[in-house]
Amino acid sequence: MKQEKIIQVENLTKKFGDFTAVKGITFDVYRGEIFGFLGANGAGKTTAMKMLIGISNPTSGKAIVAGFDVLTQREMVKKSIGYMSQKFSLYDDLTIKENITFFGGIYSLSRKQIKEKTIQLVQELEMQDVADNLVASLPLGWKQKLSFSVALLHEPKIVFLDEPTGGVDPITRRQFWEMIYTQAYKGTTIFVTTHYMDEAEYCDRVSIMVDGVIEALDTPKKLKEQFKVDSMNDVFLKLARNIE
Amino acid sequence: MKRFIGFVKKEFYHIFRDKRSMFILFGMPIAQIMLFGFAITNEINNVDIAIFDQSKDTETQQIINKISASNYFSIQQEIQSESQIEPTFKKGKVKAVLVFEKDFIKKLETSKKAKVQVITDATDPNIANTISNYITSILQNYTLEKNKNNKPIYQIQTQTQLFYNPEMKSVFTFVPGVMTIILMLVSAMMTSISITREKELGTMEILLVSPLKPIQVIIGKVFPYIFLSIINATVILLLGFFVFGMPIEGSLFLLAFESVLFIVCALALGILISTLADSQQTAMMISLFGLMLPVILLSGFIFPITSMPLPLQVISNIIPAKWFIIIIKAIMLKGASLAIIWKETLILVFMTLLFIGLSIKKYKIRLE
Repeated sequence: MKQEKIIQVENLTKKFGDFTAVKGITFDVYRGEIFGFLGANGAGKTTAMKMLIGISNPTSGKAIVAGFDVLTQREMVKKSIGYMSQKFSLYDDLTIKENITFFGGIYSLSRKQIKEKTIQLVQELEMQDVADNLVASLPLGWKQKLSFSVALLHEPKIVFLDEPTGGVDPITRRQFWEMIYTQAYKGTTIFVTTHYMDEAEYCDRVSIMVDGVIEALDTPKKLKEQFKVDSMNDVFLKLARNIE
Repeated sequence: MKRFIGFVKKEFYHIFRDKRSMFILFGMPIAQIMLFGFAITNEINNVDIAIFDQSKDTETQQIINKISASNYFSIQQEIQSESQIEPTFKKGKVKAVLVFEKDFIKKLETSKKAKVQVITDATDPNIANTISNYITSILQNYTLEKNKNNKPIYQIQTQTQLFYNPEMKSVFTFVPGVMTIILMLVSAMMTSISITREKELGTMEILLVSPLKPIQVIIGKVFPYIFLSIINATVILLLGFFVFGMPIEGSLFLLAFESVLFIVCALALGILISTLADSQQTAMMISLFGLMLPVILLSGFIFPITSMPLPLQVISNIIPAKWFIIIIKAIMLKGASLAIIWKETLILVFMTLLFIGLSIKKYKIRLE
């Protein structure tokens, strides 16, 4: 592969006292791909992701995100990434427009940029009629889509999605993945964690973490071949069983 | 700077759109000062008393007139026999009974001595105490007046003068006290709740992932409360000054400086609480029981510290509110300058730095 590496992780380790949550993981993510980061609860994927987005310091090892070291160039890393968490990440008591203005502001967008972005975003999401309503009044699916758009406001090179579709109905999930595809097509790298194994099939490449270690990393197709099963769900189950 | 303004604006949206916050911020201070100022008071006014006059002569009549002429007492009933005294108290109609002995005037004339007994309802000890003091002093004045013409052989007169609060107005202690409570409540509780709310909702994570530095997030969250606390302090002082006649003898500038110092101290405490608590509920509980109760009980606001048992006196020293109350009372009532209250000021500065230092340390542990 001759693709440009946008995330490089080498021997990344995180210890909490005696407990090692992430045990020296090594992997690369390429520009423009949709990278699925899978693992059971407690497998260490959230901890690993927190180190990549600069809110948790690695105990040892190295991670380069968008060309910057997460340990020494944290501010630069933060400017280059977008983030959407499993908890809904906008302010309920602010209107759609106010949320956009606020997040545009903390990413240092100019007033003019914010204005243009607001118009564009509201149109794309077809939320013109509710743009001045409080976010609290929106259905969850809309909130989730808005959240994703806001995370992309400053046009980051990579966007990290932490279980973005938790608790959303299948139709909205489908629409959400369409948004992800559109964004990846535009060249944004997508780093996504998920519980849903059917969603893993949508990813370009998938890594599966078990007990702090990356046990498998490849395209969904190759992983299924390797484990001789028909679905990612079975891949996951087989891996988990082997460990036990 | 623009980022900062945007942040503060968002913070004000949160505050103005939340009815609960608005009530705590603006309803409480006014309600509290009015309550303490008008309703809760140690002063006595028109206390109902009863008279048991066994002599019924001109002398006892004069004394009774004297007492009912003062605004402090109103005579509700005359008791005819000793056995009626207790039932009268039990009915709760009177707070004190005044008993004149038999042959009052005769005894005065023959032995120059006669007795008045003051019986008070001590279920409320403070009031009972005040009542007996007032009556004693009325009787003393009366005897002094009587003695004017015929010189007594030997007499010591006490002349009491009350400095700084000659009318013994309880408002003078309540205004500083309420100001302290409100500033503590607004600064510490409201900030800790507003920070933990972001944690609970998950938006704190988003803010930490953004290019904003953690310190910028904290300052952005705290700034609106500094602003609102200053407004609150001003409102309380204005109410105290214009409605209750609370004097401000010392320098306004010094008063403002000390208030801001206390506000910052309370904010630092609020931040510290928010690093310890993960939910709004916990933050509120810690603030209420860890801060408000000690502030009310141990700061010397309601109960004098000097009359507390020694261990509590020692504990009271670690309560910032105690020092702030000493400071503002000194400034407002005694017109004290910084030269006099530098020690208390330094203690507050030290506490503030300590709380800030602890919060930073706690915060770092979290990040790692």
